[in-house]
Amino acid sequence: MNEKKELRLSIPKEEVLQPGHLACQGCGASLAMRYALKALGRDIIVDIPACCWAVIDGPFPYSATNIPIYHTAFETAAAVASGVSNGLKAIGNDHTTVMAWAGDGGTFDIGIQALSGAAERNDDIIYTVYDNEAYMNTGIQRSSATPHGAWTTTTPVKHYRKGWKKDLDSIMVAHGIPYLATASIAYPEDMIKKYLKAQKIKGTKFIHVYAPCPTGWKSDPAMTIHLAKMVVETNIFPLYEVENGKYKINIKPKNRKPLDEYLAMQGRFKHLPQEEIEYLQKTFDEKWEILLKKEEHFG
Amino acid sequence: MKTVMNGDFAASYGAMTSDVKFVAAYPITPQTLIVEKLSELVADGELDASFVKVESEHSAMAACIGAQAAGIRTFTATSSQGLLLMCEVLHWAARARLPIVLANVNRAIAPGWSIWADAQDSISQRDTGWMQVYAENNQDVYDSILMAYKIAEDNDVLLPMMVNLDAFFLSHTSEVVDLIDNDKAKEFLPAYDPEYKLDPNNPRAFGALTSPEHYFEFTYKMFEAMEVAKKKITQVGKEFGDIFGRYYDMTESYKIDDAETVLVTFGTIAGTAKESVDRLRKEGKKVGNLKIRVFRPFPTEQIIDALKNAKRVVVIDRDYSYGNEGAFYTEIKGALYDANLRIDTYGMIAGLGGRDVSTAVIKEIVEKAETSEPNKTYFIGVKR
Ligand SMILES: Cc1ncc(C[n+]2csc(CCOP(=O)(O)OP(=O)(O)O)c2C)c(N)n1
Ligand SMILES: [Mg+2]
Repeated sequence: MNEKKELRLSIPKEEVLQPGHLACQGCGASLAMRYALKALGRDIIVDIPACCWAVIDGPFPYSATNIPIYHTAFETAAAVASGVSNGLKAIGNDHTTVMAWAGDGGTFDIGIQALSGAAERNDDIIYTVYDNEAYMNTGIQRSSATPHGAWTTTTPVKHYRKGWKKDLDSIMVAHGIPYLATASIAYPEDMIKKYLKAQKIKGTKFIHVYAPCPTGWKSDPAMTIHLAKMVVETNIFPLYEVENGKYKINIKPKNRKPLDEYLAMQGRFKHLPQEEIEYLQKTFDEKWEILLKKEEHFG
Repeated sequence: MKTVMNGDFAASYGAMTSDVKFVAAYPITPQTLIVEKLSELVADGELDASFVKVESEHSAMAACIGAQAAGIRTFTATSSQGLLLMCEVLHWAARARLPIVLANVNRAIAPGWSIWADAQDSISQRDTGWMQVYAENNQDVYDSILMAYKIAEDNDVLLPMMVNLDAFFLSHTSEVVDLIDNDKAKEFLPAYDPEYKLDPNNPRAFGALTSPEHYFEFTYKMFEAMEVAKKKITQVGKEFGDIFGRYYDMTESYKIDDAETVLVTFGTIAGTAKESVDRLRKEGKKVGNLKIRVFRPFPTEQIIDALKNAKRVVVIDRDYSYGNEGAFYTEIKGALYDANLRIDTYGMIAGLGGRDVSTAVIKEIVEKAETSEPNKTYFIGVKR
């Protein structure tokens, strides 16, 4: 009881993200930024490649964040952040947090080379991928983060996405970075704790935030938080951290929920036949078992 | 201090003398010596800078963009395929008005892998918003880098600058280079202190979505900046000469006052052309040479002034704009047209992929011009 109260209070009151931004109703990505900035404060520089957030912050000459924002080319989020971070260090600034803030397309696909480079060099940056599981800015095309079974405009109903979402988290862990975390906007205390921790660690920090997109998922904007909660309760997107190679699962649902309800709330899965749903359930359960084993062996 | 060094090292020392604080680069032949020398200078503590060994040229330029936007003087170097890979971020650097300086070793483009001299790489990036200098010798490489920062960082310019040097003819050829001592360099080029940068104490958003209401004006401002740059390049070249004894301008005329035939050249070919002018004059031919040292901004006024009395203008391009003619040739003709000068012109494509353009070749070019139809393009020495 007491503990819960403390967690509540751990969310900083100050709003860095201001009203007037251009996100759609129910946009998970805007909440993600709101929480991240609450944790990280104003001594920060953020670079944003092409993605929805390149629009959300506002057109020239507006900005909804009131922190230094640098818009960059689609595949350059990590490299630009490396430049800012190493440049600041070269002139003796060791305190300003440098964060790259990119979508799943800019991270899993076109930006993975620069991200891998930054991670391998262990450049001192926080890299956030807000994952809405498709290229939303350009009108809902599939990315390698689009889940098996999903509709997008380039994986139309008859040819819905077949193939598993790229396991980028494991790829990042394999780089040996000091900190990786997954987060969901339905768990702000957990998310803020992770950003606060990341801010204190030197080197490359990778935070993978699950961010529902009602426009692209054909879901009810009012259900965004609900979806972001269900994805954890179904073990589709477990919340965990990997600190110096050590795995720690933050939330282990007592009774993992079946994924039917989660799928049924999103138009992008409407077409799925029963056997596909069963296949998804089976595979997500297997993946959860693997994660448990990782925690057991590398915890 | 006079020392002997190749063109790549001259570029590295140019960056060091300019007191760069940040370098991000990726190796490619024949630029590798620049990267190696700079990492050595940084590792030995001779150059107090951060050197990020990125995984590609694309990230090299992206990292420079990040650092420069944070208010830090940056440098990078590349060549050929590397410059092409940078294309998108070259535009980004220019439109973001970041005065980054880049040394590009002019090398041919594949396929047909070729590591030899050819200006197709930088010519193909002509419209990225970068100022472009073509060096004639290693001293020119070194001096141009120091001047490049001074010009690029001028508040009324704020455009990036590319200093080009020919593969092997400069990059790997040793010449005497007079190095400037650091104190004197600092007097000439003060510390970088931009008015606009990424600063948590004065937060701004850079490069956001721009409607037709504003985009046009951003481009117009680059036009204005390029016009100012023309004057600054001349001014800084003179100031540099007054202090260090070596004068530079956008163009350089050699024996053109009474010349009937004027060669127009750039890069190392300009040096050979001047030697050829002397030899041809001994044979009684009134030949001169106009070196185009700066290609962007384009020195239209100086070109008109230099060529107005010529009977024949012979442009040597170590590049070819597929489907048309040499890039310099097109632009020189444009300048003449602006001044209502109807002079016979000859487009001479020579030296592609590192083929030598010797005094003999230049003699052949002059003879070809004397005996061929004007206003046409000729490929010199092509085997059929
Ligand atoms: C080099 C390049 N290719 C393509 C694009 C077009 N583009 C802009 S945003 C985008 C998709 C972004 O997807 P994601 O990273 O997932 O972010 P989201 O839009 O979903 O927020 C694409 C393909 C671009 N800007 N640059
Ligand atoms: Mg996306």
